[in-house]
Amino acid sequence: MAQVSLKNIRKVYPNGAEALTPSSFDIGDGEFVVLVGPSGCGKSTLLRMVAGLEEITEGELTINGRVMNDVDPADRDIAMVFQNYALYPHMSVRKNIAYGLKNRKTPKDVIERKVAEAAAMLNLNEYLDRKPSQLSGGQRQRVAMGRAIVRDPALFLFDEPLSNLDAKLRNQMRIEIKALQRRLGVTSIYVTHDQVEAMTMADRIIVMNAGRIEQIGTPAEIYHRPASTFVASFMGAPPMNLISARLDGGRVMINGDTVLAAAEGSGAVTLGIRPEDVVLGAEGSISFHVDIIEELGAHRLLHGRLADQEFTIHVGKDVEAAPGETRIALKSDAITLFHPETGKAL
Amino acid sequence: MKRAGFTARWLPILLLMPQLVIIAVFFYWPAAHAVQSSFFLQDPFGFGSTFVGLDNYKDLAGNGEYLSIAWFTVIFTVLVTFLSLSIALLLAVKADNVLRGAKTYRTLLMWVYAVAPPVAGFIGLIMFHQSWGPLTELARSIGWDFKLGVNFNDTATAMVIVSVWKQVPVNFIFFLSGLQSIPKSVREAALIDNRSASGRFWDVTFPLLAPTGFFLLITNITYSLFDTFGVIDTMVKGEPGNNPMTLVYKVYVDGFRGNDLGGSSAQSVVLMVLVLALTVFQFRLVERRIHYT
Repeated sequence: MAQVSLKNIRKVYPNGAEALTPSSFDIGDGEFVVLVGPSGCGKSTLLRMVAGLEEITEGELTINGRVMNDVDPADRDIAMVFQNYALYPHMSVRKNIAYGLKNRKTPKDVIERKVAEAAAMLNLNEYLDRKPSQLSGGQRQRVAMGRAIVRDPALFLFDEPLSNLDAKLRNQMRIEIKALQRRLGVTSIYVTHDQVEAMTMADRIIVMNAGRIEQIGTPAEIYHRPASTFVASFMGAPPMNLISARLDGGRVMINGDTVLAAAEGSGAVTLGIRPEDVVLGAEGSISFHVDIIEELGAHRLLHGRLADQEFTIHVGKDVEAAPGETRIALKSDAITLFHPETGKAL
Repeated sequence: MKRAGFTARWLPILLLMPQLVIIAVFFYWPAAHAVQSSFFLQDPFGFGSTFVGLDNYKDLAGNGEYLSIAWFTVIFTVLVTFLSLSIALLLAVKADNVLRGAKTYRTLLMWVYAVAPPVAGFIGLIMFHQSWGPLTELARSIGWDFKLGVNFNDTATAMVIVSVWKQVPVNFIFFLSGLQSIPKSVREAALIDNRSASGRFWDVTFPLLAPTGFFLLITNITYSLFDTFGVIDTMVKGEPGNNPMTLVYKVYVDGFRGNDLGGSSAQSVVLMVLVLALTVFQFRLVERRIHYT
C-alpha cells in the first residue's frame, strides 16, 4: 500500500528531446490510476521513471514519503508487469514467480506458500513446472501477474500488459486484473493506449499527449467534461463530435440555428457533443444529413454532415433511421464549448 | 512447427549433393587414407610401403615424448579455450553497457579477427623478441627473464597469449550479439527482481547466453587443437628442439619433417578419434543443460 507523489517530474533524453514536460500528480493509497495517450506521448517513459528504469531528469518522486529518484529499482518496493511479459525463458513458472522473493532472502517455506497462493489465485497450479515457452499468451500474462503479486509490493506498475493478447482474452484479463487489484488493494499505475481499458479499469485517468498531461479525472469526468478537444476526441468510440460554431449575444449558433442559450462571450467556438447526446426527431431544430448507417446490433451509428462538418449520432436499435435529410436536437446540458485555437474547454 | 516434405526422392539428395561431395572429398577420403596408411610403414623416399599392423599405434603408446606432447596439448587447449572465452565474455559484457562510442569500441576489438594466424605468430615474435620485445621488457621489469624459444615455459606462455589474443575477437562478436538478443524487458524485470548485478548476470544473462557459449566452447576447443598451428609454427620456426608443441604440430613435424608418414597418420587418427569423442561428450552432457529459446 502506498501513496505516490510526482512533483514536476521531467524527462529530457541526452539528444535533447523532451519526452515529458514537468508533470505533477499524487496517487492515493490503493488507487488504480491509468495513464492513457497515443504512442509517443510519454506515458511509458513516466512509468519507467517511477520504476527506476529511466533516470529522472528533474523533479521529485516519492513513494510513501520517501524520495525515490536515486533508489535502485529493486529497492523501490514495486513490481512491474511488462507488455511482452518479460518472463525468464530458462526458468520454470515456479522459479519465475519465486525469483524476486529468493533474492530478498525470503525463507524457503514462505516462498513456497506464497507461490502456491499466487498459483491458486491465478489458476496456474498445473503449470508450475512448465517453461514459459510451453504456455499460451494468457497464461504467460498470469505468470507475470503472479511474479508481481507474490512480492506484496507497495506499488504495481503495468506497462500495456494486455496489448499482446487477442481481443477476447483482453476483455477477460481486464476484468481479472481489476478484480485482483481490488482484492489486494495495492496502489497501481497502469499504462495503456486503449481508451476502453482506461475507462473500464481506472479509478482515475491521466490523459497524456505529446509529453504533457492533458487532464486528470475520474472516467466519468474525463468522458463528460473533457478539458480539451484532444481529450474529447481521444476518449470514447466513436469520439465526441467537434463542430465549429459561433457565440453571439449569449447564444451558440450553428449555421444560424440556435443550439444553446445562456452562454457568455462572443466569437468563434468549437462545440463538442457526444454522439449519444443527440436526439433524432422531426421537432429538432438542426438539420442533419445522414450518409452512412453503421448497424451495431444493440445500437446504430449514423454518420453524416451537420453544417458541412462531419458528425456522428448514436441511436438505440429501435429508433428508425434512413439516409437523407433529417432533423436533430442537442441535449444542451451535454454540450462542452472549447476555444477554437487552443482547444481548451471554456 | 510445420514440416514440409519433398514429393520426389531424388530432389533432396540432389540439393544436398554439393555439400556431400565436399565432405567426401575433403574429409572422408583423406580420413580413410590416413587410417589406411597408419597401418603401413612408408619408405621415406616413396619407394613402396610395408604393412606393419598396429605397430605405429603401439609405438605411440610407448613413446614418452608423444605422451608429454599430448599432455601439453591438453593444458594448452584448456588454457586457450578458457582464457579466450572468459576474456571475450568480460569484454562483451562491458561493451554491451557502453552507450557512447560503442561502434568504435567494437570495431577496434574486432580488428584482430582479420589477422591471419602466421601473422599473429609473427607479431607475437616481435612482441616477445628476446632483446627488444616490449612484452619481454615488461616481463623483465617485474623480474621475469623471458626467453622465447629457449625456455620451454616462456615459449608456452607466449603461445598461449598469442593464441588467446587471436581468438578473443571472434568470441567477442558472438557473445556481444548473444547479449544483444536477450530481450531488454527480461533484463529490466531482473533489475526489479534482483539488486545484485553479479546475481543478475549469473541467474539471467549467463543462462540465456549458454547456447552461444556452448557453440563457442566447441569451436574454441577445435581452434586450440588445430587452428593454432600457424601461431605455433611461426613461434618455433619449424625447429622444435626443446620447444613446446601440440599434437597437430607433432603430426606435421613427424610426417613432413621426419618423413614418417605411417606414424604421422596414426597420430592424426588418434587425434580424430579424440576430437570426435570430445564433441560427442559435449553434446551429450553439456547441451542437455542448455535452454534454447
